[in-house]
Amino acid sequence: MPERSPEQRRSSFDEVAFGYSADEALAEANRCLQCPNPTCQQGCPVNIDIREFIGAIIEGDLTRGVSVLKERNALPAVCGRVCPQEEQCEASCVLAKKGEPVAIGRLERFLGDTDLACELDHRCVPEVAAPSGMRCAVVGSGPAGLACAGELAKLGHGVTIFESLHAPGGVLTYGIPEFRLPKAIVAAEIEMLSSVGVEIVTDTVVGQLTTVPELLGEEGFDAVFVGSGAGLPVFMGIPGENFNGVFSANEFLTRVNLMRAYEFPSKADTPVARGRKVAVIGGGNVAMDAARTALRLGAEEVFLVYRRTQDEMPARKEEVHHAKEEGVEFKMLCSPAEIVGRDGFVTGIVANRMELSEPDESGRRAPVCVLGADFSIECDTVIIAVGTRPNPLLKAAAPGIELSRRGYVLTDEEGATNLPGVFSGGDIVTGSATVILAMGAGKTSARAMDRWLRERATS
Amino acid sequence: MFRIVHKRQLSEAVFEMGVEAPKIAAKARAGQFLMVRTDENGERIPLTFSDWSAEQGWIRFIFMRVGKTTHALSHLEVGDMLADVVGPLGVPTHTEGAGRVAIVGGGVGVAVAYPVARAMCEAGGEVTVIVGARNSELLILEKELRALPLRELVICTDDGSAGRKGLVTAPLKELCSSGELDAAFAVGPAIMMKFAAATTREFDVPTTVSLNPIMVDGTGMCGACRVTVGGETKFGCVEGPDFDGHAVDFEELMSRQRIYSDIEREADAEYSRGCQCHL
Ligand SMILES: Cc1cc2nc3c(=O)[nH]c(=O)nc-3n(C[C@H](O)[C@H](O)[C@H](O)COP(=O)(O)OP(=O)(O)OC[C@H]3O[C@@H](n4cnc5c(N)ncnc54)[C@H](O)[C@@H]3O)c2cc1C
Ligand SMILES: Cc1cc2nc3c(=O)[nH]c(=O)nc-3n(C[C@H](O)[C@H](O)[C@H](O)COP(=O)(O)OP(=O)(O)OC[C@H]3O[C@@H](n4cnc5c(N)ncnc54)[C@H](O)[C@@H]3O)c2cc1C
Ligand code: SF4
Ligand code: FES
Repeated sequence: MPERSPEQRRSSFDEVAFGYSADEALAEANRCLQCPNPTCQQGCPVNIDIREFIGAIIEGDLTRGVSVLKERNALPAVCGRVCPQEEQCEASCVLAKKGEPVAIGRLERFLGDTDLACELDHRCVPEVAAPSGMRCAVVGSGPAGLACAGELAKLGHGVTIFESLHAPGGVLTYGIPEFRLPKAIVAAEIEMLSSVGVEIVTDTVVGQLTTVPELLGEEGFDAVFVGSGAGLPVFMGIPGENFNGVFSANEFLTRVNLMRAYEFPSKADTPVARGRKVAVIGGGNVAMDAARTALRLGAEEVFLVYRRTQDEMPARKEEVHHAKEEGVEFKMLCSPAEIVGRDGFVTGIVANRMELSEPDESGRRAPVCVLGADFSIECDTVIIAVGTRPNPLLKAAAPGIELSRRGYVLTDEEGATNLPGVFSGGDIVTGSATVILAMGAGKTSARAMDRWLRERATS
Repeated sequence: MFRIVHKRQLSEAVFEMGVEAPKIAAKARAGQFLMVRTDENGERIPLTFSDWSAEQGWIRFIFMRVGKTTHALSHLEVGDMLADVVGPLGVPTHTEGAGRVAIVGGGVGVAVAYPVARAMCEAGGEVTVIVGARNSELLILEKELRALPLRELVICTDDGSAGRKGLVTAPLKELCSSGELDAAFAVGPAIMMKFAAATTREFDVPTTVSLNPIMVDGTGMCGACRVTVGGETKFGCVEGPDFDGHAVDFEELMSRQRIYSDIEREADAEYSRGCQCHL
């Protein structure tokens, strides 16, 4: 897929990859063998009929292609951009064994974009069942909440999403940068949901302005889905973490994405620290996004500090590749022990050299500290991207909801919690996962909610 | 969108503003705060409730014009709209069993001290309020405070233009040494809270401070608001804004409040150049 050159994109928040033209999409689709027993579909967490939608592209029937996709995935233009396809559908494509799998993700993006390019009333709108007269509340407008809301609306229920921030989308809006997922795409997908009757109420913190028992009580909702994500950033607990210039990836990315700090001060009022030498700690998608964002804000040097090797990095391969091309310097097998500073501002990191131990029973090689091998990295900004935890507001939002020891919501396979009529899914149940898994969980819950509602109505 | 229904200038740079927000008004408690965004491109800024009416569906806050956002806010008039008002946020101030308390408010912090004092009085506390300002012009909410059933209202000004001349810590120390104090609450500039807490520490009077770290979301998602309390990192927006004043690392708080000072100053200067108010 054509993309902007690393030189071009290092200073721009424009999207990196251009996407297929119609001809390119057709050529790629034609590589698909249309297998009688398509293994690609099994690799997809929401079981999209991949062969079918690629078949539709081959026949030139893009409208059908879009509707096949949308049967399983309400946000194809988003997933086509951010799913780790190389580990999912594409890894399971028969052609993967022979070399190059079909570029399923790019074809998904192509169809998603084709749909979004149409006027709203020409876009593929899912069929909506007759109104059930019942109302559902959804807490959080991330992929889990959006998918759940869309499905509930299709099943005929009234749906209201409550979102604490001023803009919907969850991580899609505040976390994943514009150059990977343009906010206009997220907004257009969300607009689609509004067109099937989903109401989105922003600026509402559930647990403060209202609570789940109030939603089910005086506010008159019949069931609630909690998709509040796991947004509380984890720090490492090492000395120096509160020096000025040390940020959680969430703060850094929220300032840039949600608050558009890269347009400060001319078009946006929220500032962000523009470091010269930036160290990003972590090895996931979040770390990669923070590192690439720091480059775009004008950093001269950006280091990625990770305690294992590149092979163990959980980030998507494509993003690792892009980050390297753009000039992010990888410092592998290196674990921060202390952040040092002067006059309140960070000046560097002292780190331990690590090596990987022999694989344990699970085959995992743990990083172990090589004694006496400290070394330091000079920097003026440190961005910590080592994970997140559930927000403590959850307990106030849904008193009595059963949580795991680490604070995640406990549910059955279909998302039902211990509270009657309360369902949950996405990162708040699984811990940080992926967009498609959160969407899958939202949808599964919506079906279970629908069943619960209809059973209750008839009993 | 939230409609502005009230505006009053309290002093040269301090304004009171009321907004129609019935749902928020129904939930507001003393010590909690809001995140306010003036328009599409605006910054999210935290402001504390200074008053509210659940019956009439409005909330009020008092702000000091310090930078671009509060500057822009000061130009809005009754009938104009705010893009976003989120709240109530934070843990309400603990008021039950208040006993004999001193509430210390400095500068625009009096906007927070007032509802806290009111709630403490309602909870049956015996409340002394000590307010401090640089001069009489900068004193706010005096009339409102006088209307409360306080044990005493002590006013201090740096220049002696109203009440006692000197800092709030002097009357606070007298109260502490009289042995007639069960607890203290302080809100205002970090440096004032630091000295207030140092004063009460000598006498072992438990002291709550209402902190004002920099915030972005105000919902526990970004970690910008982290403060060190008793050696542990706490998130000001969801675990605060109230903390044990004797355990807070004030030096760190003050240092962190300055992270964006330089760039903010440029932005405000640019804004003021383009602005017609010539203030
Ligand atoms: C920087 C970054 C990059 C990523 N990159 C990828 C990627 O490339 N591919 C991929 O598949 N996954 C990626 N992920 C992971 C993926 O984004 C998450 O797994 C997914 O967004 C989880 O969805 P969710 O709906 O459970 O939660 P979230 O997206 O976190 O949404 C939760 C929403 O709930 C709101 N909320 C929380 N509490 C309340 C409350 N009390 N009341 C009201 N609203 C509330 C929040 O404001 C938020 O909008 C990335 C994550 C990050 C942070
Ligand atoms: C919980 C809480 C309650 C507050 N209540 C009030 C109140 O009732 N009345 C009032 O006048 N002020 C209050 N503040 C401070 C107020 O938020 C800042 O004055 C405001 O954000 C400044 O914005 P600005 O764009 O006008 O100025 P800027 O130019 O952005 O900043 C000027 C200075 O204000 C401080 N500041 C900037 N941004 C923030 C921020 N997001 N949070 C805290 N401080 C910041 C910094 O010290 C900065 O150097 C409160 C702060 C907190 C955290
Ligand atoms: S497995 Fe690969 S080749 Fe076969 S149908 Fe799926 S995408 Fe096409
Ligand atoms: S302001 Fe973001 S976590 Fe508190």
